[in-house]
Amino acid sequence: MDEINSLMQGFGVALTLPNLGFMMVGLLLGILIGVLPGLGGANGVAILLPLTFSMNPTSAIIMLSCIYWGALFGGAITSILFNIPGEPWSVATTFDGYPMAQQGRAAEALTAAFTSSFVGALFAVLAITFLAPLLAKFALEFGPPEFFAVQMLTFCSFVGMSKEPPMKTLAAMMLGFALAAVGMDTVTGQLRMTFGFTEMLKGFDFLIAVIGLFGIGEILTTMEEGLAFKGKSARINFRIVWQTWGQLFQYWRTFIRSVLIGCWMGITPGGATPASFMGYGMARRAAKDKDSFGKGNVEGVVAPETAAHAAGTAALLPMLTLGIPGSPTAAVLLGGLLIWGLQPGPLLFVEQKDFVWGLIASMYLGNIVGLFVVLTTVPWWAAILRIPFPVIAPVIIFICAVGAYTVHSSITDVVMMLVFGVLGYLFKKLRYPLAPLVLALVLGDMAESSFRQSMLMSQGNVNIFYANWLVGGLMAVAIFLLFLPAWGALKDLLRKRETNAHLHQ
Amino acid sequence: MNQETEGAGPGAGLRRRGPEAGVALLLLAGGLVVIYDSLRVGIEWADDGPRAGYFPFYIGCILVLSSGWTLARTLLNWCQDTTFFSQWSELRDVGAMLGPLTVFVAAVPFLGLYLPGALLIGFFMRRHGVFGWLTTVSVSVGVPVVFFLIFERWFLVPLAKGPVEAWLGF
Repeated sequence: MDEINSLMQGFGVALTLPNLGFMMVGLLLGILIGVLPGLGGANGVAILLPLTFSMNPTSAIIMLSCIYWGALFGGAITSILFNIPGEPWSVATTFDGYPMAQQGRAAEALTAAFTSSFVGALFAVLAITFLAPLLAKFALEFGPPEFFAVQMLTFCSFVGMSKEPPMKTLAAMMLGFALAAVGMDTVTGQLRMTFGFTEMLKGFDFLIAVIGLFGIGEILTTMEEGLAFKGKSARINFRIVWQTWGQLFQYWRTFIRSVLIGCWMGITPGGATPASFMGYGMARRAAKDKDSFGKGNVEGVVAPETAAHAAGTAALLPMLTLGIPGSPTAAVLLGGLLIWGLQPGPLLFVEQKDFVWGLIASMYLGNIVGLFVVLTTVPWWAAILRIPFPVIAPVIIFICAVGAYTVHSSITDVVMMLVFGVLGYLFKKLRYPLAPLVLALVLGDMAESSFRQSMLMSQGNVNIFYANWLVGGLMAVAIFLLFLPAWGALKDLLRKRETNAHLHQ
Repeated sequence: MNQETEGAGPGAGLRRRGPEAGVALLLLAGGLVVIYDSLRVGIEWADDGPRAGYFPFYIGCILVLSSGWTLARTLLNWCQDTTFFSQWSELRDVGAMLGPLTVFVAAVPFLGLYLPGALLIGFFMRRHGVFGWLTTVSVSVGVPVVFFLIFERWFLVPLAKGPVEAWLGF
């Protein structure tokens, strides 16, 4: 019941006129970001973050998180109407969404997509409302070894669950940690890896990395794919919305399945993109009419959208309670908290009640308002995509450069953005995952300090990481996930040898 | 270079192995730098706890091992690898973006953000689009002006300015 009371207080915070205004601005900007190629949730929030430095943290997080919801909604528009995923997590939506648009059922597909996004987010917020306070209370007992174990679990689950080659995941992650270590060591005050350059003193800012990797990198990849915006137009009227809503009830199993997948993938940092693919795959496997998938089945829109939005929302649960973001965008929001002077983690629920519950209440409101905004403004967004690419591309680059500059008012950062952009392009082409790099860059200092504190507690003895059932359990799961790909590879090898042996007999 | 262009035709492009090995080598070198610097600041214990290189040392080691693995695999399969990184025409498109982008970034320290931004947008619209001069100029000047109003006037966040803005009196 405590949660309900706190939530009501939160609504009191979120329902003030300025905050509602910020919510609308955030949602509209978010949808715009989601629609435009090269601007996504993570770098969109990163670019706008410096503008909020002077704002009240609660209003700022409401606006920025609404940008995130808006981007999640917006990604579906381009996938369905243009067959271009505006966001990586809406790739799976194109499989059935675009065929539906081709058959003249664009409005139906869009309604289904937005509604599923809404349902996914709603259940994830419900999970946050009731799980987050419990988890935070539990985490209050955590010491440095427990925190390090959770961080270890976060990073190992990237290796275990990522679709990319495990060695590349590991390398990308370690690059993030290495970049995070550059600059002054907070414990000893020594300079690390600065090599005498004063620019290196403050280290690498992850906001610049995010803008470069996701923004510039994305633009370069988009250039390569050769963009021709040839889309279907859509006008949504109330009758179609109503009809589609009536239809969607029969997919309740798909909804439940995708919500569960999404929440799980969001809390463990799988992120929205793998969640959407998993949601799509599971729905297809469970369906009776497997062949209709990919040819315009509504269920093929419902499943990935629900999972993606559930994951995107659930990613904020570990960020708020443990200080460990579940997705790159959540990582940027976490960086925002630090800049506004709030320490993410379990204490947030004790010390900053207004902030936390204001944010959670704004998630409910943001998603409800977002659903209606996006349903009513679709034609407008589709029109934006008809602006020719030679105009959009340089404008987006300019926006990225401005965003990179405003973080520290430093021109070196604009150059760094370009370097990270080229790196992002190469990494994407060679299948190095970007999310672990960004997360390691954000969490590097935190992970290092909890590791060093643990080592101090035990005087350098590693057995502190299996001193009690909690740390030991977390570590065991982490190590299991770390070696999961190796186990898979070994099994493949054995099977190959066996079939070879059979052939030779 | 000449090996990569072998078999020119509709399917010709840059082989994947070159960039693959290059990036792995870069990461490997990065890992070695981390290890070297960690050894410099000390990876053992001091009187008051672990020294500054204690944690990064392991990071460097894992980076060297994981990128070394990718590098070794690429080199071992060097001759069998037939996958492409990109088609040449695609790379040209990327270059068409990367070139002006680099010039833009190089110009920012001297001219500020606004003027190079306007030039970048104008260049793209003329080079890759079919716009008249009037549209080109109004868009390429309009976007930076809108940014100026939003950032400097509304949010009071100054952006980098160069001699032209100084001459205009800002």
